[in-house]
Amino acid sequence: MNGLGGFLLRRVLGAVVTLFAISVIIYVVFYVTPGNVAQITCGPRCSPAQVQQVAEQLHLSDPLYVRYWHFLQGIVVGQDYSTGTSVQHCSAPCLGLSYQSDQQVTRLILAKLPVSLSLVFGAMVLWLILGVGTGVLSAWRRGRLTERLLTGVTLVGVATPVFVIGLVLMIVVCGELELLPFPQYVALTDDPEQWAWNLLLPWLSLALIEAAAFARLTRASMLETLAEDHIRTFRAYGVGERSIIGRHALRGAFAPVIALNANNFGGAVGGAVLTETLFGLPGIGQEMVHAVNVVDLPVVVGMVLVIGFFVVVANAVADVLYAVADRRVVLT
Amino acid sequence: MSDSQKAPSRGLVDVRDLSVEFGELRAVDGLSFRLERGAALALVGESGSGKSTVASALLGLHRGTGARVGGSVTVAGVDVRQASDDALRRLRGAKAAMVFQDPLSSLDPYYAIGDQIAEVYRVHTRASRRAARARAVDVLDRVGIPDAARRSRSRPHEFSGGMRQRALIAMALACEPELLIADEPTTALDVTVQAQILDLLHTLREETGMGLLLVTHDVGVAAESVDEVLVMRHGRVVEHGPVKAVLRAPAQPYTRELLAAVPRVDAPRAPSQTSGEVVLEATGLRREFGRGKRAFAAVDDVSVTVRRGETLGIVGESGSGKTTLGRMLVGLLEPTAGEVRFEGHARVGVRPSVQMVFQDPVSSLNPRRSVGESIADPLRARGERDEQSVRGRVAELLERVGLEAAHYDRYPHEFSGGQRQRVGIARALAADPRVIVCDEPVSALDVTTQAQVVALLGELQRELGLALVFVAHDLAVVRQVSDRIAVMRRGRLVESGPSDEVYDNPRDPYTKQLLAAVPALDPEVAARRRATRREPAVT
Repeated sequence: MNGLGGFLLRRVLGAVVTLFAISVIIYVVFYVTPGNVAQITCGPRCSPAQVQQVAEQLHLSDPLYVRYWHFLQGIVVGQDYSTGTSVQHCSAPCLGLSYQSDQQVTRLILAKLPVSLSLVFGAMVLWLILGVGTGVLSAWRRGRLTERLLTGVTLVGVATPVFVIGLVLMIVVCGELELLPFPQYVALTDDPEQWAWNLLLPWLSLALIEAAAFARLTRASMLETLAEDHIRTFRAYGVGERSIIGRHALRGAFAPVIALNANNFGGAVGGAVLTETLFGLPGIGQEMVHAVNVVDLPVVVGMVLVIGFFVVVANAVADVLYAVADRRVVLT
Repeated sequence: MSDSQKAPSRGLVDVRDLSVEFGELRAVDGLSFRLERGAALALVGESGSGKSTVASALLGLHRGTGARVGGSVTVAGVDVRQASDDALRRLRGAKAAMVFQDPLSSLDPYYAIGDQIAEVYRVHTRASRRAARARAVDVLDRVGIPDAARRSRSRPHEFSGGMRQRALIAMALACEPELLIADEPTTALDVTVQAQILDLLHTLREETGMGLLLVTHDVGVAAESVDEVLVMRHGRVVEHGPVKAVLRAPAQPYTRELLAAVPRVDAPRAPSQTSGEVVLEATGLRREFGRGKRAFAAVDDVSVTVRRGETLGIVGESGSGKTTLGRMLVGLLEPTAGEVRFEGHARVGVRPSVQMVFQDPVSSLNPRRSVGESIADPLRARGERDEQSVRGRVAELLERVGLEAAHYDRYPHEFSGGQRQRVGIARALAADPRVIVCDEPVSALDVTTQAQVVALLGELQRELGLALVFVAHDLAVVRQVSDRIAVMRRGRLVESGPSDEVYDNPRDPYTKQLLAAVPALDPEVAARRRATRREPAVT
């Protein structure tokens, strides 16, 4: 298997294997906890009879690998849960049942996912534009006042917590200037325009923080590339600075930026808790914090898996983009 | 000197009283020379002599780097120091083009070679994309890239070293410059490829009439290619004159020293004292790398013997398997097939009695440990625990290789390249070896330093009765040190025997081709060799 096709196939297989490994680790970490798993899963207010029922549904009397097999089966083909009197069908991908809220975990996550994805996708577009743009500008104007100012600004950006930036934005834009109403989540499918306006501030505050890291990374990679021999070649051949920066040096920053973006995108899907909380966005992050607080084990496991899924997929996409950009990657 | 006052720089290059300073360091100090249109001049000097700095100054590449440039530089009628940024850009590539040393790192890894050449062409001609692309294919074809239209779409890593250097030369030719500046254009290349590139430069000069400024540390390369030589040292001119005069009858002591240090491929060597007793014997060595379809044999069915007190030279071009063979002899690599016997016994793994000296004295010493500690490693590995005796032995070794006992606590960066290689030799000696395998021990060194290190190895061999295996790509150096020679090509031994026999009466066509490619120090011999090289070569 050679060439780009073979590389793609290997990469996708690798992603599947990674996801599988993640699911094993998560399952073991959460379900082999000390204490009564059925009691924990069911919640503190459960009666012994309910706990007994949960223990049966989780197949707690079976060995671990059989239990994991049931879990995996649920994800791939779905599962039926009997609540004594009725049977609830949980269709694939079934991540289990939250006994505390009496909801299917998959449905719970699907309800929150659009919010998180809306937030992170929009913010990603912004942070890439802002971050890479700033990085390019400071590499181009290296050693001058522009660069020093930009370096200062990005340093502040890296060091400022998101709730400070978000609060300030909200107070100034919505409170003082009254340019926007205080944000309230509107689904994209309901009203695209309101969706965008309401997400503008969350996007900005998440993007500003992330952009700082991208600006520094872009600047550093570009300066590194600018010191390389092939840049000297093009200077010695009279190629203008604009073309050297925009065509040759920027290309060197491509790989690290893609790699960082994959990680940050994947991480932000579940990790933008502060932004979600601040702007009242009912996303994955908030739900996750809630589930951890009340020890709703099936929900926690399901969410961690979904977040892992996004991290793995984002990284796979990054690798493929990277290979398309630089064919030498395919060779190794 | 009188003509420099009246003629207002009608020549191609006019450098007057050039000085370049980097902070405290004065790299070039009051250098003046002229180059007429169509003429060829070589700047020759050892590393740190400032020769590459001069080449960069001709294109004004120091502008904006913080280096202080003094004096005047005129190239193709452009005053490089006074010219505006735009005027300087119009000079670069269009009137004066530069070819760099390392052709891999000098090309952008992300773009197709044809596109890179087209980009340069468009900067200077405002040609359409299509026309520029066609021009790129033209010049690639001109420098001998086969199937240029297709190969122009390749990226640099898909080209071999020689083809990359051709591609860089093609880029230089794109705008038909009046001056070609070549900064060590062949240093990274094998000797046969080097000959091809020098021949190409020669032909291009005959055909286009462009001037050539060649920067090189290799006097042989200069003898092959130019009319005039300028010998530099510490940023100053040592000697400047026609190539024949300077190389045949150097006027300055430094030039004489430099020439004397250059190893000659045609000079026989006094044989070593050998008892004839075989210490190291390798039979049917084979080493494969990779698996499945990608597997290839880096070394294939090679047998060599090394006798006490003698030197076996292993020569070959890059990829010939000589380093792999050297590593198997030491035991750093296990052979896929065949065996290595030391004093008659089969040997597995690394043994103190067979040691190695590595090519790169910078990266083969741990920069965070003092050189004394590095030399002491083999002693401690052998179980020596007494600090006093370790120090004593290391001091002895340091003095033995021409350093001082007090150097124990110094770090590698405090030493020059030659001194570091001496440290490497001391470390190899620490284990009291019977055999030392030297892998390209002097290829990173200047000729004068190279001569000193080679002399040291010879001295140690006589005194300690060491057997040496000398792996190198430089045929002249190998002849200088070796009693017997093994010539490798694509993992196989093509010829072996006493060195005088192999060098004076090579039997294998590949050996003949290698020897014909070695640059001659005499310009006339070089011209004759060039003529013979134009006969069809072995492929």
